[in-house]
Amino acid sequence: MRCNRLALLLSGFVISPAVFAEWEVNLVRGVTEISHAIFDLHMIIFYVCVAIAVVVFGVMLWSIIYHRKSRGAKAQHFHEHLWVEVLWTIVPFGILVAMAVPASQTLIQMYDKSEADINIQVTGYQWKWRYQYLDQDIDFFSNLSTPQDQINNKATKGENYLLEVDQPLVIPVGKKVRFLITANDVIHSWWVPALAVKQDAIPGFINEAWTVIDEPGIYRGQCAELCGRDHGFMPIVVDARSEADYQQWLASQNQAQEAEQAAADQTWTMEELITKGEAVYQTSCMACHQANGQGIPGAFPGLVNTPLMSGDGLEHARIVVHGRAGTAMQAFGEQLSDVDLAAVITYERNAWGNAGGMITPQQIKQLKEE
Amino acid sequence: MSTLEQTASTDHHHGPAKGITRWLYTTNHKDIGTMYLIFSLVMFMVGGCMALTIRAELFQPGLQLIQPEFFNQMTTMHGLIMVFGAVMPAFVGLANWMVPMMVGAPDMALPRMNNWSFWILPFAFSMMLMTLFMEGGGPNFGWTFYAPLSTTYAPPSVTFFIFAVHMMGISSIMGAINIIATIFNLRAPGMTFMKMPLFVWTWLITAFLLIAVMPVLAGVVTMMLMDIHFGTSFFNAAGGGDPVLFQHVFWFFGHPEVYIMILPAFGIVSEIIPTFARKKLFGYTSMVYATSSIAILSFVVWAHHMFTVGMPLIGELFFMFTTMLIAVPTGVKVFNWIATMFRGSMTFETPMLFAVAFVVLFTIGGFSGLMLAIAPVDFQYHDTYFVVAHFHYVLVPGAIFSIMAATYYWLPKWTGNMYNESMGKLHFWLSFIGVNITFFPMHFIGLAGMPRRIPDYALQFADFNMVASVGAFLFGFSQLLFIYNIVCCAKGGKKATDRVWEGSHGLEWTLSSPPPYHSFSQPPKVE
Ligand code: HEM
Ligand SMILES: [Cu+2]
Repeated sequence: MRCNRLALLLSGFVISPAVFAEWEVNLVRGVTEISHAIFDLHMIIFYVCVAIAVVVFGVMLWSIIYHRKSRGAKAQHFHEHLWVEVLWTIVPFGILVAMAVPASQTLIQMYDKSEADINIQVTGYQWKWRYQYLDQDIDFFSNLSTPQDQINNKATKGENYLLEVDQPLVIPVGKKVRFLITANDVIHSWWVPALAVKQDAIPGFINEAWTVIDEPGIYRGQCAELCGRDHGFMPIVVDARSEADYQQWLASQNQAQEAEQAAADQTWTMEELITKGEAVYQTSCMACHQANGQGIPGAFPGLVNTPLMSGDGLEHARIVVHGRAGTAMQAFGEQLSDVDLAAVITYERNAWGNAGGMITPQQIKQLKEE
Repeated sequence: MSTLEQTASTDHHHGPAKGITRWLYTTNHKDIGTMYLIFSLVMFMVGGCMALTIRAELFQPGLQLIQPEFFNQMTTMHGLIMVFGAVMPAFVGLANWMVPMMVGAPDMALPRMNNWSFWILPFAFSMMLMTLFMEGGGPNFGWTFYAPLSTTYAPPSVTFFIFAVHMMGISSIMGAINIIATIFNLRAPGMTFMKMPLFVWTWLITAFLLIAVMPVLAGVVTMMLMDIHFGTSFFNAAGGGDPVLFQHVFWFFGHPEVYIMILPAFGIVSEIIPTFARKKLFGYTSMVYATSSIAILSFVVWAHHMFTVGMPLIGELFFMFTTMLIAVPTGVKVFNWIATMFRGSMTFETPMLFAVAFVVLFTIGGFSGLMLAIAPVDFQYHDTYFVVAHFHYVLVPGAIFSIMAATYYWLPKWTGNMYNESMGKLHFWLSFIGVNITFFPMHFIGLAGMPRRIPDYALQFADFNMVASVGAFLFGFSQLLFIYNIVCCAKGGKKATDRVWEGSHGLEWTLSSPPPYHSFSQPPKVE
């Protein structure tokens, strides 16, 4: 009885598709022509390996079972055999040549640099991605949106834990999209498995990659090159939409930009700025300076009770806007809107017992124009 | 200096000095070999503890035990310590012990340099470990330390790291010179090159690789040092430098380096399998040629680690073809080992168990290597756990299993006592099961899309990560059996005969167990 139930359980493991979904074991087939070609190559070479393994391990197992001393096997004396050795050099070579042909074809296809419909510059920053649509006036940053509480096990983890962002890259299906990939600080790597695009983002270089997505959908990936402490927290989300939906999204982007302009001109109270600033701090600053503002000694400076926090606010703002060359402190001037900058600076100057007063969006605007 | 010389010359007649000075000043190849082996075992445990820290953190999604900053330091140190502290010194230790005995020499050719090349290592690694306690922490940029993460964005302790790497490099080069000099000059009369045991052959080739590439490593870390402290811009794009240059230079060292970690293993397995199959090694000559061609090819394939950096098409094709080509000589070696077992008369003592497991699991690592060689597909595999699975299959059941096989194989010769066979077998089976539970699932999570070197992961990778962590702890704790067995064997036990194994062959088995302090005082005759 017991045994039966165990067997049932085991067969359940093998058959149930729900269980399979959890125990993902293979490459995704993807949603582009290239990703299909790559998937097929992957399966071919896998089966070639399995076939060789069966032969090689089969002979070995046979020898282990039948040519044991305990079974009375006597050792033979051969230790050289010219044509066997020649054969097992030539046959694998032939298999490799047969493999190299489709592999080269796929590679050549991947290098097809012909005209693209849309050009997007992708820049890796520690630790976020920036997307600039070169044919449109659209430029935004894409940050991890998983709450810290989930990462620190204080809240239940959501379905797309660590694979979700505040602003995904939106592109239309059926169009050739070219990515110009580079980095601002260290090397990152832009990778979306379903598109089979993985390309290093290297400071000082612009790499090229492209894709044509067949089906609308949300495709997720991650940075694939060790880029510092938050390397594991640098997801990529591609939202592929139909042409009509894409056009609509473009329009909404322009509206959002106008709204941002208006916000910068409006007057803000200190409380409003602090509330807004806390959220900005969490996405953009907390990774290094920590939730308690203490930083990490030796790596990232603390922000609590320092001369900078109580001193001239403009000096503080200047560092946030222009960054500090040669350190991990980036220039946030181009990453954040004037309002966000004013908000986060005001927040820092008044959090954790600091009392450094406020900075307004207008001051930031002036600073940027200096 | 003169007292030193005196000790050495009195040594020559009366055996080892007493107390600590025996070990500090020793120029004896056996003492130095022993020190190398103990050092590497210690490093293996230290690096292992770091691996277990990593695996404990990855047991479940979310951050539980350590912060990402420390996680990166752990992966980096684990990789560096395992490569430079565990595997390489273990092979050098084995060479020190066995090469003179196998070629019929009394000692290494340059005994005094031998002492230096060992004693540099404890200092280098102490310094490297100390960086963990410095402000800003230790190296956190991976064992490949790609610039500019390791230059512009590195913690201050990177200067010490560079210094430690220099010292390790010097030690390796001195060790390699010594081995080459010994093999060239001290072979017994009649031992032609084509009569040398395969372990000696593989080490000779490895030594040339070491001499060729260690200066490249030294060069690249020196360029880093210049960038950090002297205002140059080798790797800094803002100053006109080229971060990709770093990778080319690094992998021109790094790819031969991975063969440095496997060629001596080929030699060991080629000694052990014939012994326990009671049959001569199949295809000795083709083994020598295969090993040499692997070594030569290893210099032209470095950029297969860089398929995604944005090379031109022609470069990708070249590196893909040459990489695939390496599968041919490697295949020949595997076929030869199996042909040696075929129609033999096999027994399965612990060394043989490890050697057979080596052949199987290394071959699996070879298969995933072949898959990685296919450039378009590598775009999907690169920098995922698939790669972690691949290189651990060649390093743990590859390099490490061969070292364990060698230890069990020669331990009776070294100590004069037999080790405990059933404990050895238990150690083998636990390690074998542990290794597979740990690293096989990594293929799956890699294919499913988990990048390597991340301290936390998305939920779909959770189950296999848990399995891998359980396996890692099983593997890790099994190693205590290994240490216990070695210690017991060194202390006493059943006396070993001179020709320990029924099927053993080669000069080292003509000496007593343990061998005299100076191996061959009379050069043996080789027919
Ligand atoms: C108990 C045995 C071992 C376990 C459980 C283990 C586990 C791991 C893990 C979890 C990683 C991190 C992978 C990543 O996130 O990229 C890693 C990296 C690595 N391991 Fe091991 N490992 C073991 C033994 C070894 C040995 C024996 C060697 C070498 C001979 C080795 C060499 C490396 C290297 C070179 C890396 C890459 C480090 C880097 O990313 O910079 N490991 N190992
Ligand atoms: Cu990154």
